[in-house]
Amino acid sequence: MADIAEKQAGAGLSRLFTLRRGHNRFDIADWLTYGFLVLGLLVLFLPVLWVVLSSFKTNANLQEFPPTVLPYAMETVDVAGYDRPLTLFNVKTEDGGEKQLALIRRVGRIAQMVDPADPEAGKLQVNAAEITPVKKLHFAVENYSRLLSGKENTILRYVYNSLFITIVATIITVVMNSMAAFALSKYRFRGSNLALFGILSMLMIPATVIMVPIYLIVSKLGLVGNLWGVILPTVATPTGVFLLRQYMLTIPDELIEAARMDHASEWRIFWRIILPLSTPALAVVAIFSILSRWNDFLLPLLILNKREVYTLQLALTSFQTQYEIHYDLLLSMTTLTALPLAIVFIFLQRYITTGIASTGIK
Amino acid sequence: MGGKPQWAEIGHRILTLPAVIVEPLMVGLQRLLGIKRMPWVFLLPNLVAVIMFCLLPVFINVLYSFTGSDRLYPADRNFVGGMNYDVLLSCQNYLDPSSCTADLFWRALRNSLIFVPTQVVLMVTVAMIAAICLNRQLPGRGFFRGVFFFPVMLSPVVVAYTWQWILQRNGALNGILSGLGLPTFDWLAVPDSAFAWSIFVTIWAHMGFYTIILLAGLQSIPKDVYEAARMDHASNWRTFYAITLPLLKPMVIVVVVLCIIRSVQTFDELYVLTGGGPGSATMLIVQYIYEVGFAVQPRNFGLAAAASLLLGLVLIIFTAVQMSLSRKSQNG
Repeated sequence: MADIAEKQAGAGLSRLFTLRRGHNRFDIADWLTYGFLVLGLLVLFLPVLWVVLSSFKTNANLQEFPPTVLPYAMETVDVAGYDRPLTLFNVKTEDGGEKQLALIRRVGRIAQMVDPADPEAGKLQVNAAEITPVKKLHFAVENYSRLLSGKENTILRYVYNSLFITIVATIITVVMNSMAAFALSKYRFRGSNLALFGILSMLMIPATVIMVPIYLIVSKLGLVGNLWGVILPTVATPTGVFLLRQYMLTIPDELIEAARMDHASEWRIFWRIILPLSTPALAVVAIFSILSRWNDFLLPLLILNKREVYTLQLALTSFQTQYEIHYDLLLSMTTLTALPLAIVFIFLQRYITTGIASTGIK
Repeated sequence: MGGKPQWAEIGHRILTLPAVIVEPLMVGLQRLLGIKRMPWVFLLPNLVAVIMFCLLPVFINVLYSFTGSDRLYPADRNFVGGMNYDVLLSCQNYLDPSSCTADLFWRALRNSLIFVPTQVVLMVTVAMIAAICLNRQLPGRGFFRGVFFFPVMLSPVVVAYTWQWILQRNGALNGILSGLGLPTFDWLAVPDSAFAWSIFVTIWAHMGFYTIILLAGLQSIPKDVYEAARMDHASNWRTFYAITLPLLKPMVIVVVVLCIIRSVQTFDELYVLTGGGPGSATMLIVQYIYEVGFAVQPRNFGLAAAASLLLGLVLIIFTAVQMSLSRKSQNG
C-alpha cells in the first residue's frame, strides 16, 4: 500500500514539474509568468524576511551601515582587573601579523588596549584607525527575552488586550450577525425588507467617516479607555449579515418545518439546525472578524488612551517617539505581532483566499 | 484512554453553556410574544448595534458639522451654521492650497486626488497581471497564491514598520545602493519620494486582496471558450483581449470601485510610515480628519465632522457609480 502511494506521489511530483500548457516546451509566456511570480516572491517575501532577520540583531549591529545580512555581535572578553567585559579588536602588529586586543577606551585617535592573554603587560597605545572589531554570528534572542520579561514593556498585557478584543468581538459578531441573518432569511414579516435595507445601507458608511460621533457615543457610554469601547462599535458588521443571509437562504425551509412539528423552539431551530449547517459562511465571517480586529488601528487609537489598555498594534507604535526609535525592540515586537496571524494563515490559507474571493463577488 | 472523552465532554459543556442559559430565556420570550414576533427578537441585538454605531453617528455627524467649540458633548456646543463648511471651502485660488483658510485640508485633498488614481491604476494593473499568472496551469501555483496573499494578513502597523526599516537612511535599500556604488537617499525625508513610496507600500500591502478576487473571476470563465479560441488559432494576446477582458469586466468594475473606496480611506499605513510628512507631503484626507478632530489641540470636532461628511459624500458617489455600472454590465 505504502509503496503504491509513494509511486503515485512520485509520479505526481514529476508530473508537477513537467506540467506545461499543452506545449512540449516552456514558451515565452511561461517564462514571463515565472519571471513575474518570482519577482513577486522577492518583493513580497524579502522585506518581511529582512525584518525577522534584523530582529535578531543587537542594537550596535542594527546601526551599522551598510547593514549586514546575518546578525553579528562584537566579541567581548572578560579581562582580570576590569569590571565590565571589553570588546575585542583585530590589530595589525608591526611584523605584518594580526593580534586580538581588548579595547579599554578610545581617546581621539588613540585607542588604549590590553592583551587579554597577558593583562599584566599593561596598557598599549594603538592607532584607532588600524583596529577592526572581532565579530561573531550571534542571534540576539535577548531582544525577545527583554520584551517578554516585561521589564521594558508589559507585552503580555498587550497580547491579552489584543486577544480579548479579537476573541470577544468575533464571538459577538458571529452570533449577532447570524441571528439577524436567520431572521432576515427564514421569516416573512412586516418590516423585514426595511430592516434588511437598513442594515445593508450601512455597508456604504465607512468607519473612518463616522469616527467623531463614534468617539462621542463611546465616551457617553463611559467606555473610553476600556476594551469594550473598541469591541462594541465593530460588532454589527453589515457584510457579515449579508453573507450569512445569502448562505442561509440556500438551507431548505422544510428542515425548519419538520423541527417545528417536533415542537422545537425557534431558538433551538436556530442554534441546533441553522447554525451548524452554516459553518462555511460562519468561518468566513469569523476569519474576517479576526483579521480586522487583530489588525485594527484607528479605532483603538481613538478610544484606548491608556497604556494598560493598549493593543499590540498601539504598543508597537509607542516604540517610536518623536526623537528616537528603539529599533531592536521595535523589530522583535513587529515580528511577534505578525506571528499569530502568520500561523493562522499557514493553516487556513485556502479558506481565507476562497472566502475573500467569494465575498468579492457581489 | 478515559481522559479524552471526558475533556471533550467538558469542552462541549463550555461551548453549549451560553445556549443553556440563553435557551430558556428565548423559549420564555417565544411563549410571551408568540412565533410571529420572534424574528424581531433575533434582529434586535444587531439592529440596536447598527442604529447606535452606524445610523446614529451619521446624524450626529451632520449635526456636529454645524457646531463649533472644542467640547465633546452636544449640550456644550454652539450652533455655527455653515461656518465649518465655509472654513473648509474658502479659497482664493482652488489650485493653490496655501491660499485657503484650511490649507491643510486642501493639501490633504490634493494629495488624495493624486494618490487615489495613481494607486488604483497601478494596483489593479499589477493585481490583474498577478491573477492571470496565478490562473495558468503551472507548478507551484498554490504556493505562489499564498505568497501573493500573505501581506494582506499583516497589520498596517507591521507593514509600515517593515518598510520604514528598509527605507530609512541606514536601511537595506541604501545598503544595496551603496554596495552597487550608487548614491543613497533618505527616501522618506524627501516629499516626492516619500509620496511615491507610500503609494508603493499601500499597493504592496493590499494587492493580494484584489488579486484573489480577480483570480476567482478568471476561474469562473468557462474553459470551453478558451478551447474554442485555441481551435481558431487565436494568439495569447487576442484571447486575452477578446475573451478574458470582456468576461472579466464585471469583476474588474467591482475591484476598481472597492479599490477606490479603500484608497480614499487610507490612513494607518501612512500614519505610521511617514506620519503624513515630510511636512504634509503624504497626508491624506482621513489623516486630516484625525488630526483636526483628535490630535491637534484644541480639538475641532465640528471641522472634522464637516470634512468627514464631504469624504462620505465622495464615497457615496463612487458606490452609486459602481451600482449603476455593475447593473449595466449585467444587463448588457
